[in-house]
Amino acid sequence: MLIAKPGLDSHDRGAKVVARALRDAGMEVIYTGLRQTPEQIVETALQEDVDVIGLSILSGAHKTLFPKIMRLLRERDLTDVMVFAGGIIPQEDVAKMKKLGIKEIFGPGTTTETIIHYVLDNLPRRS
Amino acid sequence: MLLSNNISLQRGHEMTTFDEKTIDKIRKERQRWEQTTLPRWTKQSKERKNEFLNTSDMLIKCLYTPEDIKSMDYMRDLGFPSEYPFLRGVHATMYRGRLWTMRQFSGFGTAAQTNQRFKYLLKEGETGLSIAFDYPTIMGYDSDHPMGKGEVGICGVAIASLKDMEVLLDGIPLDKVTTSMTINGPAAMLLAMYVAVGDQQGVPRENLGGTTQNDNLKEYFAQKLCIYPPKPAVKLTTDIIEYCARHLPKWNPISISGYHIREAGASAVQELAFTIYDGVTYVESTIERGLKVDDFAHRLSFFFASHNDFFEEVAKFRAARRVWAKLMKERFHAKNPRSMWMRMHVQTSGCTLTAQQPLNNITRTTIQALAAVLGGTQSLHTNSFDEALALPSEQAVRVALRTQQIIAHESGAPNTIDPLAGSYYIEALTNEMEEKVMDYVERVDEMGGAIVAIEKGFFQKEIADSAYKYQREIDEMKRTIVGINDFTIEKEEIPIELLRVDPKVEKDQVASLQKLRRKRDKKKVEETLGKLRRCAEKDENLMPVIIEAAKSYATMGEICEVLRQVYGEYKELIVI
Repeated sequence: MLIAKPGLDSHDRGAKVVARALRDAGMEVIYTGLRQTPEQIVETALQEDVDVIGLSILSGAHKTLFPKIMRLLRERDLTDVMVFAGGIIPQEDVAKMKKLGIKEIFGPGTTTETIIHYVLDNLPRRS
Repeated sequence: MLLSNNISLQRGHEMTTFDEKTIDKIRKERQRWEQTTLPRWTKQSKERKNEFLNTSDMLIKCLYTPEDIKSMDYMRDLGFPSEYPFLRGVHATMYRGRLWTMRQFSGFGTAAQTNQRFKYLLKEGETGLSIAFDYPTIMGYDSDHPMGKGEVGICGVAIASLKDMEVLLDGIPLDKVTTSMTINGPAAMLLAMYVAVGDQQGVPRENLGGTTQNDNLKEYFAQKLCIYPPKPAVKLTTDIIEYCARHLPKWNPISISGYHIREAGASAVQELAFTIYDGVTYVESTIERGLKVDDFAHRLSFFFASHNDFFEEVAKFRAARRVWAKLMKERFHAKNPRSMWMRMHVQTSGCTLTAQQPLNNITRTTIQALAAVLGGTQSLHTNSFDEALALPSEQAVRVALRTQQIIAHESGAPNTIDPLAGSYYIEALTNEMEEKVMDYVERVDEMGGAIVAIEKGFFQKEIADSAYKYQREIDEMKRTIVGINDFTIEKEEIPIELLRVDPKVEKDQVASLQKLRRKRDKKKVEETLGKLRRCAEKDENLMPVIIEAAKSYATMGEICEVLRQVYGEYKELIVI
């Protein structure tokens, strides 16, 4: 799976902790590093053939960046990749983001166990 | 690097405040108490935990006595306020003379919107400004750069040129208000714009007061908003320190920052140690320019976080002053006592705020702010209770500022200097903090300095490990966070009103920037940018030419791009 930091936001504490927790839980995790464009994230997902993408953003730019990432995934035919997100996403935006196809959004205070279980329970079946 | 320069801090003990006989008696009495009184209690109810630890993994004893500070020599280790080693405070009157500066970090949307917020804060009794810039500005991009899409004016104010700075500071007298700018990569550019507005207002440069954060080293392992590779970044930092020493005597050219190190996950000891080491590196780089330590060290300032563990934080602030004073005196041979002062700004810890039951954050912030005051800070930012959810609303900012005012005017905390001094616990913690910090300083010395430590990923790994450990402790219920892993509410309605930045901001900002590009004197811009490139290639101090470029209305992105071409861009070293 891929943990990605879109945009200019540099708050990577959460993304790195989640990446490490998922790795410790036995998953193969790639972390993109900071300041990835939507194009770069989708390209990495394609190259690495990931099942899951976790997006982390705390800057408020999710409203611009998440729709673009979801659109590019569709364009590259990566609709079977499960996408979840974390960071500071205001409640009123959560529904909109889910409508785009983001399966779950984890806010501040989420335990790593919650995320691990969620990912394991919702792994997409690959044909 | 000053590897060969031996800086062993005094750890020997020649004279002590407690005499041996008294300590012996206390030791015996403690042993008796542990064998007789204490077991009667622990038999009935055991201690709540097997061990009590703070965030720096210091084992906290059940009781502290003079035995724990038996080698303390009052005059050597504590001294008097405004005297070496400055543990008790840098000013002789401390808050009895003047309260700390209440400085709330703020900025969002366009320059005009933030200008309104500044005026509001000044009206409400704030005594200094602190500017938050948006991500494109921080990364040295213009507001219409593709990387900045969706980020303009969101996390701070968008400043793309002197034009924006003029609007931002409109009606604010720069000879009366001091301004702190949280900016690192493009610190020189924003300082240049500030100086230009000062010139327009007719304020003599020697009267301009404020701070540029300008601490580029911590960017590589903490805040991670780096533009250039570490060496040219330190060069730019040093340019500002040198320029200010010569031309802006009231400006703090740098705010050597532990805050971001802590927020990235470091413990209190790591925060202090890595910050101090960054400070040492800047002192070295400025001395290499030919300045004497006493020419500039008095203007170096520091910035720390105040986290949850009250006593650990108080001890950290106190130890910070003593460690810095010793280093400045012993390693750099400073003569002027002011060069040994560690003046600090403190911000309560953003990462301790919870999105759940957000009003609880007011209580957390109060405790953290009180620790900063009892730790002797010069300036303080208190977080707003809604900041785990969004940028703070006006109401939340007011409560945050009122928290400081209540501590200042109602609590009695500022009535005497360093009131926790002499507490066996606080003094023991302060000593332990200093020892652990110096262990790190020695390790980084041996490694070859801060840049090597960054290139090896040492700081990054230390912080990542601490961040992971902290989260595990919460997940495994070893550390209780109210509202997160205990005392939770099932279905919570958040009844607070959040600040939203209007998406129109980006459009307006881009339009005004493009208008500026059309209207300015293009030849003049090309000239100043060409001069900047030549000076950068010749490795000269870039401040004067960046001021010229800013005055010609060259944009942030254009100025930073010239230096990107000369210096290259930093590629992140990923350490999980």
